[in-house]
Amino acid sequence: MHQLVKGDERKVKIPGVLPRWRAVAVLGAVALLAAACGSSGNSGSGSAKGPIKIGVSLSLTGDFSADGKAFQQGYQLWAKQTNADGGLLGRQVTLDIVNDASSPVQVATNYQKLISVDHVDLVFGPFSTGLTKASSQVVNRYGYAFVEGAGGGPSVFTSGLHNVFDVSLPVANNLVSFAKWVAAMPASERPKTAAYATQDDPFTAPQLDAARKILEPAGVQTVYNKTYPSETTDYSPIAAGIISAKADIVLVGTLLPDVSAFVKQFVQQNYNPKALIATAGPDQGAQFIQNVGANRTEGIMVPNGWYPTADNPGNADMVKAYIAQYGGTAAEVSSDVPEAYSVGEVTAQAVKNNGSLDQAKLIKELHSSTFDSVQGKVKFDSTGQNVDAFSFVFQWQGKDLVPFKPDANSLLVPVPPETRKIQYPKQTW
Amino acid sequence: MGTELSKAVVDGVLTGGVYALMAAGLTLIFGVMEIINIAQGIFVVLAAYLSYVLQVHLGIDPFIGLVFTMPLMFGVGVLIEWGFVRRLKAQNRSALSILVTFAVAIVIEGILTQFFSADLRIIKAWYVDKSVHVFGFYLPYIYLLGFALAVVLLAALYVFLYRSRSGKSIRASVQNRTGAELIGININRVSAITFGIGAAVTAAGGMVFGATNSFNPNSGYDLISRLLVIVVLGGLGSIGGALVAAVAALVIEDVTAVLWSPIWASTMFFAVLVLVLLVRPNGLFGQAAVRAQ
Repeated sequence: MHQLVKGDERKVKIPGVLPRWRAVAVLGAVALLAAACGSSGNSGSGSAKGPIKIGVSLSLTGDFSADGKAFQQGYQLWAKQTNADGGLLGRQVTLDIVNDASSPVQVATNYQKLISVDHVDLVFGPFSTGLTKASSQVVNRYGYAFVEGAGGGPSVFTSGLHNVFDVSLPVANNLVSFAKWVAAMPASERPKTAAYATQDDPFTAPQLDAARKILEPAGVQTVYNKTYPSETTDYSPIAAGIISAKADIVLVGTLLPDVSAFVKQFVQQNYNPKALIATAGPDQGAQFIQNVGANRTEGIMVPNGWYPTADNPGNADMVKAYIAQYGGTAAEVSSDVPEAYSVGEVTAQAVKNNGSLDQAKLIKELHSSTFDSVQGKVKFDSTGQNVDAFSFVFQWQGKDLVPFKPDANSLLVPVPPETRKIQYPKQTW
Repeated sequence: MGTELSKAVVDGVLTGGVYALMAAGLTLIFGVMEIINIAQGIFVVLAAYLSYVLQVHLGIDPFIGLVFTMPLMFGVGVLIEWGFVRRLKAQNRSALSILVTFAVAIVIEGILTQFFSADLRIIKAWYVDKSVHVFGFYLPYIYLLGFALAVVLLAALYVFLYRSRSGKSIRASVQNRTGAELIGININRVSAITFGIGAAVTAAGGMVFGATNSFNPNSGYDLISRLLVIVVLGGLGSIGGALVAAVAALVIEDVTAVLWSPIWASTMFFAVLVLVLLVRPNGLFGQAAVRAQ
């Protein structure tokens, strides 16, 4: 048997095996090709002739499934409208929506796959502050702009990332209009005590902290202030604590399930606070009515940056399109829908301004321009928060969620054409 | 504080009754079959949807609707036992049952999502928002009725298990599966009946859960962990233990929430659970024989 000695291998030719220099050349070419494919995600070019692929991770199951579904509707409405208008940069848009089951681990995995495997051209944000925070690092790693509509908690913007943009109202400011209104009341009308209860959630807790910092100096004493785990299923001890504290006003950091449970318990216990405001839940339109009962919604308040009849560009058309596609009434449109819709609008404007899908240019454009959305003007500060967003206070009156905005004296006045005044104290159950 | 504390205890006892209804099926199924039914949470949700459909579409009161939902859930339980659980081999049966019942839970969740979407629902009835004022406490009718239902159903289950021939077969299977087979008890039949009964009792728990909490197809996941620790504290296989443990769990959590913070409520319960297991490794009312099988 012939034995190779060092140096002999160059002289041996095996059929089908490439010489080393050719193998190196082929490997080099493959590597270059792979690098080119990889960088196509960063530049967001994808296939220049096909549709623009937009990757989204949404909570279609899990704790945020109700909101995730509404977000899906908002994104789909925007895509449909965009395609009807001729698409983006002359190309149709398609949504690649994957389910994260409300899991912080899954959401990060989803975006990694959407960018590195599916090579989407753009990504839109998930639902909730927690999931936005969990996925923003991954998206940043690939250099993508991360425009989102429901990740407004302060913790999202303290990570030092330059690629996250929240088109909605900064979360911590949500209850500021309400708190300033209470603080500005004449001393004889102003409530003496307040109760606070919130999920341990980065979306809800900062809102209550900000409100409390305004109310306490105004002489509204805190008589109950508790945080509870977001996976709580029995809300009775928390409701009992609020009721026992006999607070004049109640501020709860909730989503739909817990605010529904609180209202139910307050009704059962015949407890009637003068004002009840929840960070989220009452803004869920038909679902809120179904869960607490049509005769129990009266006077309940919720902050938000949007309402169905707001005179913002494209808003009326979006509401009309929503009703045409999903049914219901304008009052039943979840505020998640315009949040998602605005993400598409703002991203599309920035892309059009640049004339390309280049992510670095997109991030730069998002940081420098002002945009229009169904939620109003959008202008991002250096951290990605929308400094032009404005907090309205909404109150259920009859079948309507009536919008109020603060005037120069911080009093809450109806937004024209609405003329109904704010109910305070709210009527009893 | 005294009133608040008393209220927490009363709330804990009443809510505990509802959780006992939800946990009874879980403990029964484990006790007889050594099956850890991870699908118990979704069974609760499925039962809530059945009551919801009867109430919304046919106008049937949720309590009266149990006449329909309990046999339906019994059928679902028998079907799942026959279709999936019976196929598991004796070796690693308990471990495999976790995977199989988890898969069942995912399938049921998917079907429910297909039919009902992710929207949150709640069961309504005239008494759901009403309460009675007794000794300074407002006691919600739904919790009073739920607790009464728990006592009646669990007592009926107890009588069935200890006074009927079928019950004796089930208990014989609990004590010694192989021995029961040797004396002619049809283990497959007993297992199917047990799974069915477990699911049927859950129908009642699901109805009360759906009337006191907003729910969607995903709501089962928050429930299952709590139900599991309740049956572990009560003693795997013990119906009475499930009731006592559920009440104890809810009272401990409610009192902790009032005296300290809701954040620490579950932690305190788990601390108590660990202490109990150190002293009584089989739980409060667990039989060593059950675990020894």
